Amino acid sequence: MKCDKCDNEATVHEMIVKGGAKTERHLCEHCARELGLNPGGATLGQLITKFVVAPQGQPPASAEKPAPATPTPPTSCRGCGTTFADFKKTGRLGCAECYTTFEPQLGSLLERAHEGATHHAGKTPKRWEERSARAGADSVRRERIDDLRRRLEQAVMAEQYEAAAVLRDELRKIESQGAV
Amino acid sequence: MPSEGFIPSYESGTEWLRSGGQSSDVVMSSRVRLARNLAGWRFGHKAGHGDRQKVLEICRDRIAAAGLANLGAPGGPTSAVPPAHTPDSPAPPAQIMWIDLRESPPIERQLLVERHLISKQHAKGKPLPDLKSGDVETTDPRGVAIALPDERLSIMVNEEDHLRIQAVRGGLALAEAWADADRADDLLESTLDFAYSPRFGYLTCCPTNVGTGVRMSLMLHLPALKLSGDIEKVKRAAGDMNLAVRGFYGEGSDAAGDFYQVSNQTTLGKGEQTILGDLADQIIPKVVEYERMARRNLLAKRGAALEDQVYRALGLLTHARLLTAEESMQMLSHVRLGVVMGLVADVDLASVNALMLLTQPAHLQRVVGQELDQEQRRNARAQLIRRRLLKAN
Repeated sequence: MKCDKCDNEATVHEMIVKGGAKTERHLCEHCARELGLNPGGATLGQLITKFVVAPQGQPPASAEKPAPATPTPPTSCRGCGTTFADFKKTGRLGCAECYTTFEPQLGSLLERAHEGATHHAGKTPKRWEERSARAGADSVRRERIDDLRRRLEQAVMAEQYEAAAVLRDELRKIESQGAV
Repeated sequence: MPSEGFIPSYESGTEWLRSGGQSSDVVMSSRVRLARNLAGWRFGHKAGHGDRQKVLEICRDRIAAAGLANLGAPGGPTSAVPPAHTPDSPAPPAQIMWIDLRESPPIERQLLVERHLISKQHAKGKPLPDLKSGDVETTDPRGVAIALPDERLSIMVNEEDHLRIQAVRGGLALAEAWADADRADDLLESTLDFAYSPRFGYLTCCPTNVGTGVRMSLMLHLPALKLSGDIEKVKRAAGDMNLAVRGFYGEGSDAAGDFYQVSNQTTLGKGEQTILGDLADQIIPKVVEYERMARRNLLAKRGAALEDQVYRALGLLTHARLLTAEESMQMLSHVRLGVVMGLVADVDLASVNALMLLTQPAHLQRVVGQELDQEQRRNARAQLIRRRLLKAN
Protein backbone atom coordinates (compact mmCIF):
# COMPACT_ATOMS: atom_id res chain seq x y z
CA MET A 1 0.00 0.00 0.00
CA LYS A 2 1.29 3.41 -0.92
CA CYS A 3 1.43 6.43 1.36
CA ASP A 4 -1.54 8.80 1.12
CA LYS A 5 0.88 11.72 0.69
CA CYS A 6 3.73 10.36 -1.42
CA ASP A 7 4.86 7.33 -3.38
CA ASN A 8 6.62 5.60 -0.51
CA GLU A 9 5.36 2.40 1.05
CA ALA A 10 2.88 3.11 3.86
CA THR A 11 4.06 1.64 7.14
CA VAL A 12 1.96 3.69 9.58
CA HIS A 13 -1.74 2.98 9.61
CA GLU A 14 -4.16 5.07 11.63
CA MET A 15 -7.80 4.34 12.12
CA ILE A 16 -10.04 6.73 14.03
CA VAL A 17 -13.61 5.85 14.90
CA LYS A 18 -15.56 8.94 15.93
CA GLY A 19 -19.35 9.16 16.28
CA GLY A 20 -19.79 5.97 14.32
CA ALA A 21 -17.74 7.34 11.40
CA LYS A 22 -14.47 5.64 10.53
CA THR A 23 -11.55 7.48 8.97
CA GLU A 24 -8.32 5.81 7.92
CA ARG A 25 -4.87 7.16 7.08
CA HIS A 26 -2.00 5.21 5.57
CA LEU A 27 1.34 6.97 5.66
CA CYS A 28 5.06 6.38 5.28
CA GLU A 29 7.22 7.01 8.30
CA HIS A 30 8.42 10.38 7.03
CA CYS A 31 4.97 11.78 6.29
CA ALA A 32 3.54 10.36 9.51
CA ARG A 33 6.19 12.24 11.48
CA GLU A 34 5.43 15.44 9.58
CA LEU A 35 1.77 15.08 10.47
CA GLY A 36 2.61 14.75 14.13
CA LEU A 37 2.23 11.00 14.39
CA ASN A 38 5.10 9.34 16.17
CA PRO A 39 5.90 6.07 14.46
CA GLY A 40 8.30 3.96 16.44
CA GLY A 41 8.13 6.43 19.32
CA ALA A 42 5.78 4.35 21.36
CA THR A 43 7.11 0.86 21.52
CA LEU A 44 5.08 -2.16 22.41
CA GLY A 45 6.81 -1.97 25.75
CA GLN A 46 5.68 1.59 26.37
CA LEU A 47 2.15 0.78 25.36
CA ILE A 48 2.03 -2.13 27.76
CA THR A 49 3.58 0.02 30.44
CA LYS A 50 0.88 2.61 30.02
CA PHE A 51 -1.72 -0.06 30.18
CA VAL A 52 -0.50 -1.97 33.19
CA VAL A 53 1.04 0.90 35.10
CA ALA A 54 -1.98 3.17 34.95
CA PRO A 55 -3.56 3.04 38.40
CA GLN A 56 -7.07 1.68 38.51
CA GLY A 57 -9.74 4.26 37.90
CA GLN A 58 -7.34 6.55 36.09
CA PRO A 59 -7.09 6.78 32.32
CA PRO A 60 -3.86 5.57 30.76
CA ALA A 61 -1.21 8.22 30.34
CA SER A 62 -2.33 10.49 27.51
CA ALA A 63 -0.60 10.49 24.16
CA GLU A 64 0.32 14.16 24.52
CA LYS A 65 2.31 13.48 27.66
CA PRO A 66 4.02 10.12 27.20
CA ALA A 67 5.85 8.89 30.28
CA PRO A 68 9.57 9.07 29.59
CA ALA A 69 10.87 5.55 28.99
CA THR A 70 14.18 6.16 30.69
CA PRO A 71 14.26 9.42 32.58
CA THR A 72 17.37 11.41 31.86
CA PRO A 73 19.53 10.91 34.92
CA PRO A 74 20.39 14.00 36.90
CA THR A 75 24.03 14.94 36.75
CA SER A 76 24.50 14.83 40.50
CA CYS A 77 22.78 13.30 43.50
CA ARG A 78 20.53 15.68 45.43
CA GLY A 79 21.43 13.96 48.67
CA CYS A 80 25.20 14.27 48.55
CA GLY A 81 26.30 15.82 45.27
CA THR A 82 27.94 12.66 43.97
CA THR A 83 28.05 12.50 40.18
CA PHE A 84 28.02 9.33 38.15
CA ALA A 85 31.54 10.19 37.05
CA ASP A 86 32.57 10.29 40.74
CA PHE A 87 31.07 6.88 41.20
CA LYS A 88 32.84 5.50 38.16
CA LYS A 89 36.12 6.80 39.53
CA THR A 90 35.79 5.54 43.10
CA GLY A 91 33.31 2.68 42.87
CA ARG A 92 31.53 4.20 45.89
CA LEU A 93 28.16 5.86 46.17
CA GLY A 94 27.71 8.79 48.54
CA CYS A 95 24.34 8.15 50.16
CA ALA A 96 21.15 6.10 49.92
CA GLU A 97 19.63 8.69 47.57
CA CYS A 98 22.34 7.89 44.99
CA TYR A 99 20.61 4.56 44.34
CA THR A 100 17.49 6.44 43.23
CA THR A 101 19.40 9.11 41.34
CA PHE A 102 21.50 6.68 39.35
CA GLU A 103 19.01 3.85 39.19
CA PRO A 104 18.92 3.63 35.36
CA GLN A 105 22.70 3.32 35.08
CA LEU A 106 23.10 1.18 38.18
CA GLY A 107 20.53 -1.35 37.05
CA SER A 108 22.62 -2.82 34.26
CA LEU A 109 25.84 -2.45 36.19
CA LEU A 110 24.43 -4.37 39.15
CA GLU A 111 23.09 -6.99 36.81
CA ARG A 112 26.59 -7.63 35.57
CA ALA A 113 28.04 -7.65 39.09
CA HIS A 114 25.39 -9.89 40.60
CA GLU A 115 24.82 -12.74 38.15
CA GLY A 116 22.07 -10.98 36.26
CA ALA A 117 20.06 -10.07 39.37
CA THR A 118 18.02 -6.89 39.26
CA HIS A 119 16.14 -7.02 42.55
CA HIS A 120 16.74 -7.77 46.19
CA ALA A 121 15.62 -11.19 47.33
CA GLY A 122 16.62 -11.34 50.96
CA LYS A 123 15.82 -10.01 54.37
CA THR A 124 13.53 -7.00 54.80
CA PRO A 125 13.94 -4.79 57.86
CA LYS A 126 11.09 -5.52 60.27
CA ARG A 127 10.44 -1.80 60.63
CA TRP A 128 9.95 -1.58 56.90
CA GLU A 129 7.55 -4.53 56.89
CA GLU A 130 5.56 -3.08 59.78
CA ARG A 131 5.47 0.34 58.24
CA SER A 132 4.34 -1.08 54.92
CA ALA A 133 1.71 -3.21 56.60
CA ARG A 134 0.02 -0.31 58.33
CA ALA A 135 0.79 1.97 55.45
CA GLY A 136 -2.65 3.25 54.47
CA ALA A 137 -1.84 6.45 52.65
CA ASP A 138 1.53 6.98 54.25
CA SER A 139 4.69 7.76 52.40
CA VAL A 140 6.27 4.35 52.68
CA ARG A 141 3.42 2.86 50.75
CA ARG A 142 3.64 5.58 48.14
CA GLU A 143 7.34 4.92 47.85
CA ARG A 144 6.67 1.24 47.42
CA ILE A 145 4.07 1.87 44.74
CA ASP A 146 6.37 4.27 42.91
CA ASP A 147 9.12 1.73 43.12
CA LEU A 148 6.91 -1.05 41.78
CA ARG A 149 5.78 1.16 38.92
CA ARG A 150 9.34 1.99 38.06
CA ARG A 151 10.36 -1.64 38.15
CA LEU A 152 7.35 -2.64 36.10
CA GLU A 153 8.16 -0.07 33.48
CA GLN A 154 11.73 -1.30 33.31
CA ALA A 155 10.66 -4.93 33.11
CA VAL A 156 8.36 -4.07 30.23
CA MET A 157 11.05 -2.07 28.48
CA ALA A 158 13.36 -5.05 28.82
CA GLU A 159 10.54 -7.21 27.47
CA GLN A 160 10.57 -9.33 30.61
CA TYR A 161 6.85 -9.87 30.52
CA GLU A 162 6.67 -12.64 33.10
CA ALA A 163 8.41 -10.44 35.65
CA ALA A 164 6.18 -7.56 34.59
CA ALA A 165 3.06 -9.62 35.23
CA VAL A 166 4.25 -10.48 38.74
CA LEU A 167 5.01 -6.82 39.45
CA ARG A 168 1.67 -5.74 38.03
CA ASP A 169 -0.16 -8.16 40.32
CA GLU A 170 1.84 -6.95 43.29
CA LEU A 171 1.08 -3.37 42.37
CA ARG A 172 -2.63 -4.06 42.02
CA LYS A 173 -2.65 -5.83 45.36
CA ILE A 174 -1.09 -2.87 47.11
CA GLU A 175 -3.26 -0.39 45.28
CA SER A 176 -6.40 -2.32 46.15
CA GLN A 177 -5.51 -1.99 49.85
CA GLY A 178 -6.61 1.64 49.83
CA ALA A 179 -6.43 4.90 47.99
CA VAL A 180 -2.99 6.37 47.44
CA MET B 1 29.72 -0.99 77.83
CA PRO B 2 33.25 -0.89 79.25
CA SER B 3 35.71 1.00 77.14
CA GLU B 4 38.76 1.16 79.30
CA GLY B 5 41.50 -1.42 79.01
CA PHE B 6 41.76 -3.94 76.25
CA ILE B 7 40.95 -7.54 75.46
CA PRO B 8 41.80 -9.06 78.79
CA SER B 9 43.07 -12.37 77.50
CA TYR B 10 44.67 -11.89 74.12
CA GLU B 11 45.93 -15.43 74.22
CA SER B 12 42.66 -17.25 74.46
CA GLY B 13 39.02 -16.95 73.67
CA THR B 14 39.23 -16.25 69.96
CA GLU B 15 36.40 -18.26 68.54
CA TRP B 16 37.99 -18.87 65.16
CA LEU B 17 40.97 -20.62 66.72
CA ARG B 18 38.81 -23.12 68.55
CA SER B 19 39.85 -26.48 67.21
CA GLY B 20 36.83 -28.64 67.92
CA GLY B 21 34.33 -27.50 65.29
CA GLN B 22 32.87 -29.56 62.47
CA SER B 23 35.34 -30.42 59.69
CA SER B 24 38.02 -28.51 61.59
CA ASP B 25 40.71 -30.61 59.88
CA VAL B 26 40.05 -28.44 56.83
CA VAL B 27 37.74 -25.59 57.89
CA MET B 28 39.30 -23.18 60.36
CA SER B 29 36.34 -20.88 60.75
CA SER B 30 33.01 -19.69 59.38
CA ARG B 31 32.31 -15.99 59.19
CA VAL B 32 29.27 -13.87 58.32
CA ARG B 33 29.46 -10.14 57.78
CA LEU B 34 26.54 -7.77 57.29
CA ALA B 35 26.91 -4.28 55.84
CA ARG B 36 24.37 -1.73 57.11
CA ASN B 37 23.95 2.04 56.88
CA LEU B 38 21.74 4.42 58.81
CA ALA B 39 18.92 5.98 56.81
CA GLY B 40 19.26 9.72 56.39
CA TRP B 41 23.04 9.91 56.80
CA ARG B 42 25.62 10.10 54.07
CA PHE B 43 27.90 7.11 53.60
CA GLY B 44 31.24 7.36 55.37
CA HIS B 45 33.51 8.70 52.65
CA LYS B 46 31.08 11.51 51.79
CA ALA B 47 30.47 12.57 55.39
CA GLY B 48 32.31 15.29 57.24
CA HIS B 49 33.85 14.94 60.67
CA GLY B 50 30.73 16.16 62.48
CA ASP B 51 28.45 13.65 60.78
CA ARG B 52 30.86 10.78 61.29
CA GLN B 53 31.12 11.66 64.96
CA LYS B 54 27.33 11.75 65.27
CA VAL B 55 26.92 8.40 63.48
CA LEU B 56 29.58 6.94 65.77
CA GLU B 57 27.72 8.12 68.87
CA ILE B 58 24.33 6.87 67.67
CA CYS B 59 25.72 3.46 66.76
CA ARG B 60 27.80 3.14 69.93
CA ASP B 61 24.82 3.96 72.16
CA ARG B 62 22.40 1.69 70.33
CA ILE B 63 24.88 -1.18 70.31
CA ALA B 64 25.32 -0.77 74.06
CA ALA B 65 21.55 -0.78 74.62
CA ALA B 66 20.66 -3.56 72.18
CA GLY B 67 21.26 -6.47 74.56
CA LEU B 68 23.85 -8.10 72.33
CA ALA B 69 26.11 -9.31 75.13
CA ASN B 70 24.82 -12.84 75.41
CA LEU B 71 24.23 -13.27 71.75
CA GLY B 72 27.41 -14.93 70.64
CA ALA B 73 28.44 -16.21 74.04
CA PRO B 74 28.31 -19.89 74.94
CA GLY B 75 24.81 -20.70 76.10
CA GLY B 76 23.53 -17.46 74.60
CA PRO B 77 20.11 -17.22 73.02
CA THR B 78 21.17 -18.48 69.61
CA SER B 79 24.04 -20.70 70.62
CA ALA B 80 23.81 -24.00 68.79
CA VAL B 81 27.24 -25.19 69.86
CA PRO B 82 27.74 -26.66 73.33
CA PRO B 83 29.56 -24.32 75.70
CA ALA B 84 33.30 -24.65 75.44
CA HIS B 85 33.73 -24.15 79.17
CA THR B 86 33.62 -27.01 81.63
CA PRO B 87 32.00 -26.75 85.05
CA ASP B 88 35.51 -26.43 86.49
CA SER B 89 36.09 -23.25 84.51
CA PRO B 90 32.83 -21.32 84.48
CA ALA B 91 32.38 -18.91 81.61
CA PRO B 92 33.19 -15.34 82.52
CA PRO B 93 30.18 -13.04 82.23
CA ALA B 94 29.54 -12.00 78.66
CA GLN B 95 29.85 -8.33 77.84
CA ILE B 96 30.22 -5.98 74.91
CA MET B 97 33.43 -4.00 74.91
CA TRP B 98 33.61 -0.73 73.02
CA ILE B 99 36.91 0.46 71.61
CA ASP B 100 37.23 3.98 70.22
CA LEU B 101 40.00 3.47 67.68
CA ARG B 102 41.12 7.09 67.84
CA GLU B 103 42.28 6.40 71.35
CA SER B 104 43.94 3.05 70.70
CA PRO B 105 47.69 2.91 70.27
CA PRO B 106 48.81 1.53 66.88
CA ILE B 107 49.86 -1.80 68.37
CA GLU B 108 46.40 -2.41 69.82
CA ARG B 109 44.79 -1.66 66.49
CA GLN B 110 47.21 -4.06 64.85
CA LEU B 111 46.25 -6.67 67.46
CA LEU B 112 42.61 -6.29 66.44
CA VAL B 113 43.51 -6.71 62.78
CA GLU B 114 45.46 -9.88 63.55
CA ARG B 115 42.44 -11.22 65.46
CA HIS B 116 40.24 -10.49 62.42
CA LEU B 117 38.11 -8.09 64.50
CA ILE B 118 38.76 -5.02 62.36
CA SER B 119 40.02 -4.49 58.82
CA LYS B 120 43.37 -2.94 57.99
CA GLN B 121 41.51 0.02 56.54
CA HIS B 122 39.57 0.49 59.77
CA ALA B 123 42.79 0.43 61.78
CA LYS B 124 44.20 3.24 59.62
CA GLY B 125 41.09 5.40 59.40
CA LYS B 126 40.26 7.54 56.41
CA PRO B 127 41.12 11.13 55.53
CA LEU B 128 38.08 13.35 56.06
CA PRO B 129 37.02 15.78 53.32
CA ASP B 130 36.64 18.69 55.77
CA LEU B 131 39.63 18.02 57.99
CA LYS B 132 42.82 18.95 56.21
CA SER B 133 45.14 18.78 59.19
CA GLY B 134 45.67 16.25 61.92
CA ASP B 135 46.62 12.63 62.01
CA VAL B 136 43.94 10.48 60.35
CA GLU B 137 44.49 7.63 62.80
CA THR B 138 43.63 9.78 65.78
CA THR B 139 40.97 12.05 64.28
CA ASP B 140 38.72 9.84 62.15
CA PRO B 141 35.73 8.90 64.36
CA ARG B 142 35.51 5.10 64.24
CA GLY B 143 35.26 2.23 66.64
CA VAL B 144 34.52 -1.41 67.21
CA ALA B 145 32.29 -3.29 69.62
CA ILE B 146 33.41 -6.77 70.57
CA ALA B 147 31.48 -9.47 72.43
CA LEU B 148 33.66 -10.91 75.16
CA PRO B 149 34.87 -13.39 76.18
CA ASP B 150 34.86 -15.33 72.92
CA GLU B 151 34.78 -12.56 70.27
CA ARG B 152 32.09 -14.39 68.32
CA LEU B 153 30.46 -11.11 67.51
CA SER B 154 32.05 -7.80 66.58
CA ILE B 155 30.68 -4.63 65.03
CA MET B 156 32.82 -2.11 63.21
CA VAL B 157 31.38 1.41 63.25
CA ASN B 158 32.23 3.90 60.50
CA GLU B 159 34.20 1.56 58.31
CA GLU B 160 33.21 1.72 54.62
CA ASP B 161 29.60 1.36 55.79
CA HIS B 162 28.23 2.77 59.04
CA LEU B 163 27.96 -0.71 60.52
CA ARG B 164 29.72 -3.92 59.71
CA ILE B 165 28.31 -6.70 61.87
CA GLN B 166 30.50 -9.79 62.02
CA ALA B 167 29.79 -13.18 63.56
CA VAL B 168 32.34 -15.97 63.59
CA ARG B 169 32.40 -19.64 64.58
CA GLY B 170 35.16 -22.24 64.66
CA GLY B 171 35.01 -25.01 62.04
CA LEU B 172 32.21 -25.41 59.52
CA ALA B 173 29.34 -23.66 61.32
CA LEU B 174 28.09 -21.10 58.85
CA ALA B 175 24.44 -21.54 59.84
CA GLU B 176 25.28 -20.74 63.47
CA ALA B 177 27.35 -17.73 62.46
CA TRP B 178 24.48 -16.51 60.26
CA ALA B 179 22.01 -16.99 63.12
CA ASP B 180 24.19 -14.81 65.37
CA ALA B 181 24.63 -12.08 62.75
CA ASP B 182 20.93 -12.16 61.85
CA ARG B 183 19.88 -11.85 65.49
CA ALA B 184 22.33 -9.01 66.12
CA ASP B 185 20.95 -7.29 63.02
CA ASP B 186 17.37 -7.71 64.29
CA LEU B 187 18.26 -6.30 67.69
CA LEU B 188 20.01 -3.28 66.19
CA GLU B 189 17.30 -2.76 63.63
CA SER B 190 14.70 -2.45 66.38
CA THR B 191 16.30 0.84 67.40
CA LEU B 192 17.99 1.96 64.18
CA ASP B 193 16.51 2.81 60.81
CA PHE B 194 18.66 1.18 58.13
CA ALA B 195 18.96 2.51 54.58
CA TYR B 196 16.88 0.12 52.51
CA SER B 197 14.97 0.07 49.26
CA PRO B 198 12.53 -2.62 48.12
CA ARG B 199 14.35 -2.97 44.83
CA PHE B 200 17.98 -2.86 45.93
CA GLY B 201 17.66 -4.14 49.50
CA TYR B 202 20.11 -2.84 52.10
CA LEU B 203 21.90 0.12 50.55
CA THR B 204 25.66 0.03 50.85
CA CYS B 205 28.45 2.40 49.97
CA CYS B 206 29.85 -0.01 47.39
CA PRO B 207 27.18 -1.53 45.10
CA THR B 208 29.02 -4.86 45.16
CA ASN B 209 27.55 -5.35 48.65
CA VAL B 210 24.05 -4.06 47.98
CA GLY B 211 21.04 -6.31 48.56
CA THR B 212 21.58 -8.60 51.49
CA GLY B 213 24.83 -6.86 52.40
CA VAL B 214 26.02 -10.30 53.42
CA ARG B 215 29.44 -11.78 52.98
CA MET B 216 29.70 -15.38 54.14
CA SER B 217 33.22 -16.74 54.21
CA LEU B 218 35.04 -19.87 55.20
CA MET B 219 38.70 -20.03 56.14
CA LEU B 220 40.03 -23.24 54.65
CA HIS B 221 43.34 -25.01 55.18
CA LEU B 222 44.20 -26.62 51.84
CA PRO B 223 47.83 -27.75 51.96
CA ALA B 224 47.31 -31.01 50.05
CA LEU B 225 45.49 -29.31 47.19
CA LYS B 226 48.28 -26.76 47.11
CA LEU B 227 50.92 -29.49 46.96
CA SER B 228 49.11 -31.44 44.24
CA GLY B 229 48.53 -28.27 42.24
CA ASP B 230 44.79 -28.89 42.22
CA ILE B 231 44.24 -25.67 44.14
CA GLU B 232 44.18 -23.88 40.79
CA LYS B 233 41.20 -26.01 39.74
CA VAL B 234 39.43 -25.10 42.97
CA LYS B 235 40.13 -21.42 42.36
CA ARG B 236 38.83 -21.61 38.81
CA ALA B 237 35.71 -23.50 39.89
CA ALA B 238 35.13 -20.98 42.67
CA GLY B 239 35.46 -18.16 40.15
CA ASP B 240 32.93 -19.85 37.88
CA MET B 241 30.52 -20.00 40.80
CA ASN B 242 31.05 -16.32 41.55
CA LEU B 243 32.95 -16.99 44.73
CA ALA B 244 35.98 -15.02 45.79
CA VAL B 245 39.15 -16.76 46.98
CA ARG B 246 41.37 -14.62 49.17
CA GLY B 247 44.30 -15.00 51.54
CA PHE B 248 44.55 -15.30 55.32
CA TYR B 249 43.93 -11.62 55.95
CA GLY B 250 41.26 -11.08 53.33
CA GLU B 251 41.36 -8.79 50.36
CA GLY B 252 44.79 -8.30 48.88
CA SER B 253 46.54 -10.73 51.23
CA ASP B 254 48.46 -13.82 50.15
CA ALA B 255 47.39 -17.32 50.92
CA ALA B 256 49.84 -17.49 53.82
CA GLY B 257 50.38 -21.01 55.07
CA ASP B 258 47.99 -22.52 52.53
CA PHE B 259 44.98 -20.81 54.11
CA TYR B 260 42.29 -19.60 51.77
CA GLN B 261 39.15 -17.61 52.43
CA VAL B 262 36.26 -18.54 50.16
CA SER B 263 33.27 -16.20 50.12
CA ASN B 264 30.20 -15.23 48.14
CA GLN B 265 30.44 -12.22 45.85
CA THR B 266 26.84 -11.97 44.76
CA THR B 267 24.67 -10.09 47.25
CA LEU B 268 21.75 -9.03 45.06
CA GLY B 269 18.98 -11.34 43.90
CA LYS B 270 19.86 -14.20 46.25
CA GLY B 271 18.40 -14.58 49.72
CA GLU B 272 20.64 -15.19 52.72
CA GLN B 273 19.42 -18.77 53.04
CA THR B 274 20.31 -19.47 49.41
CA ILE B 275 23.81 -18.09 49.81
CA LEU B 276 24.18 -20.06 53.04
CA GLY B 277 22.85 -23.28 51.53
CA ASP B 278 25.05 -23.00 48.42
CA LEU B 279 28.18 -22.58 50.51
CA ALA B 280 27.56 -24.70 53.58
CA ASP B 281 25.67 -27.60 52.01
CA GLN B 282 26.97 -27.72 48.46
CA ILE B 283 30.28 -26.09 47.74
CA ILE B 284 32.32 -26.23 50.93
CA PRO B 285 31.63 -29.92 51.72
CA LYS B 286 32.90 -30.72 48.21
CA VAL B 287 36.09 -28.71 48.71
CA VAL B 288 36.57 -30.37 52.11
CA GLU B 289 36.19 -33.81 50.55
CA TYR B 290 38.53 -32.85 47.70
CA GLU B 291 41.21 -31.74 50.18
CA ARG B 292 40.77 -34.91 52.26
CA MET B 293 41.08 -37.05 49.15
CA ALA B 294 44.24 -35.19 48.16
CA ARG B 295 45.59 -35.84 51.67
CA ARG B 296 44.79 -39.56 51.42
CA ASN B 297 46.43 -39.72 47.99
CA LEU B 298 49.52 -37.98 49.30
CA LEU B 299 49.76 -40.41 52.18
CA ALA B 300 49.27 -43.44 49.92
CA LYS B 301 51.59 -42.39 47.11
CA ARG B 302 54.13 -40.11 48.75
CA GLY B 303 53.76 -41.01 52.41
CA ALA B 304 57.45 -40.78 53.23
CA ALA B 305 57.81 -37.42 51.49
CA LEU B 306 54.76 -36.08 53.30
CA GLU B 307 56.02 -37.25 56.68
CA ASP B 308 59.42 -35.81 55.86
CA GLN B 309 57.90 -32.42 55.08
CA VAL B 310 55.91 -32.41 58.33
CA TYR B 311 58.89 -33.39 60.48
CA ARG B 312 61.28 -31.01 58.72
CA ALA B 313 58.84 -28.24 59.53
CA LEU B 314 58.62 -29.38 63.12
CA GLY B 315 62.40 -29.64 63.29
CA LEU B 316 62.82 -26.15 61.93
CA LEU B 317 60.23 -24.67 64.27
CA THR B 318 61.77 -26.31 67.32
CA HIS B 319 65.36 -25.38 66.48
CA ALA B 320 65.46 -22.17 64.48
CA ARG B 321 66.73 -19.03 66.23
CA LEU B 322 65.26 -16.45 63.81
CA LEU B 323 61.86 -16.83 62.17
CA THR B 324 59.84 -14.48 59.98
CA ALA B 325 56.05 -14.43 60.30
CA GLU B 326 55.72 -15.85 56.77
CA GLU B 327 58.10 -18.75 57.37
CA SER B 328 56.44 -19.58 60.70
CA MET B 329 53.05 -19.59 59.07
CA GLN B 330 54.21 -21.93 56.29
CA MET B 331 55.92 -24.32 58.71
CA LEU B 332 52.96 -24.26 61.12
CA SER B 333 50.76 -25.12 58.15
CA HIS B 334 52.85 -28.25 57.46
CA VAL B 335 52.75 -29.22 61.13
CA ARG B 336 48.99 -28.63 61.24
CA LEU B 337 48.59 -31.02 58.32
CA GLY B 338 50.70 -33.60 60.19
CA VAL B 339 48.60 -33.18 63.34
CA VAL B 340 45.20 -33.55 61.68
CA MET B 341 46.45 -36.55 59.68
CA GLY B 342 47.71 -38.25 62.82
CA LEU B 343 51.35 -38.16 61.70
CA VAL B 344 52.40 -36.12 64.73
CA ALA B 345 51.08 -37.50 67.95
CA ASP B 346 52.42 -35.18 70.59
CA VAL B 347 51.43 -31.76 69.29
CA ASP B 348 47.78 -30.76 69.58
CA LEU B 349 45.78 -28.75 67.08
CA ALA B 350 44.91 -26.03 69.59
CA SER B 351 48.62 -25.26 70.19
CA VAL B 352 49.32 -24.99 66.46
CA ASN B 353 46.26 -22.77 65.91
CA ALA B 354 47.24 -20.54 68.83
CA LEU B 355 50.78 -20.12 67.47
CA MET B 356 49.42 -18.92 64.13
CA LEU B 357 47.98 -15.94 65.94
CA LEU B 358 50.62 -15.40 68.62
CA THR B 359 53.46 -15.24 66.08
CA GLN B 360 51.88 -12.26 64.31
CA PRO B 361 53.84 -9.04 65.05
CA ALA B 362 51.45 -7.30 67.45
CA HIS B 363 50.59 -10.44 69.38
CA LEU B 364 54.24 -11.35 69.66
CA GLN B 365 55.04 -7.97 71.18
CA ARG B 366 52.13 -8.38 73.56
CA VAL B 367 53.40 -11.80 74.66
CA VAL B 368 56.91 -10.45 75.22
CA GLY B 369 55.53 -7.33 76.86
CA GLN B 370 57.58 -4.77 74.98
CA GLU B 371 58.01 -3.15 71.58
CA LEU B 372 60.35 -5.04 69.29
CA ASP B 373 61.99 -4.16 65.99
CA GLN B 374 61.86 -6.61 63.10
CA GLU B 375 65.07 -8.43 63.99
CA GLN B 376 64.06 -8.74 67.64
CA ARG B 377 60.68 -10.04 66.58
CA ARG B 378 62.26 -12.82 64.52
CA ASN B 379 64.24 -13.88 67.54
CA ALA B 380 61.30 -13.64 69.93
CA ARG B 381 59.08 -15.54 67.50
CA ALA B 382 61.54 -18.42 67.23
CA GLN B 383 61.86 -18.51 71.00
CA LEU B 384 58.10 -18.52 71.57
CA ILE B 385 57.45 -21.30 69.06
CA ARG B 386 60.30 -23.38 70.42
CA ARG B 387 59.06 -23.03 73.96
CA ARG B 388 55.45 -23.82 73.10
CA LEU B 389 56.15 -26.79 70.86
CA LEU B 390 58.77 -28.34 73.11
CA LYS B 391 56.44 -27.87 76.06
CA ALA B 392 53.76 -29.58 74.04
CA ASN B 393 56.19 -32.39 73.35
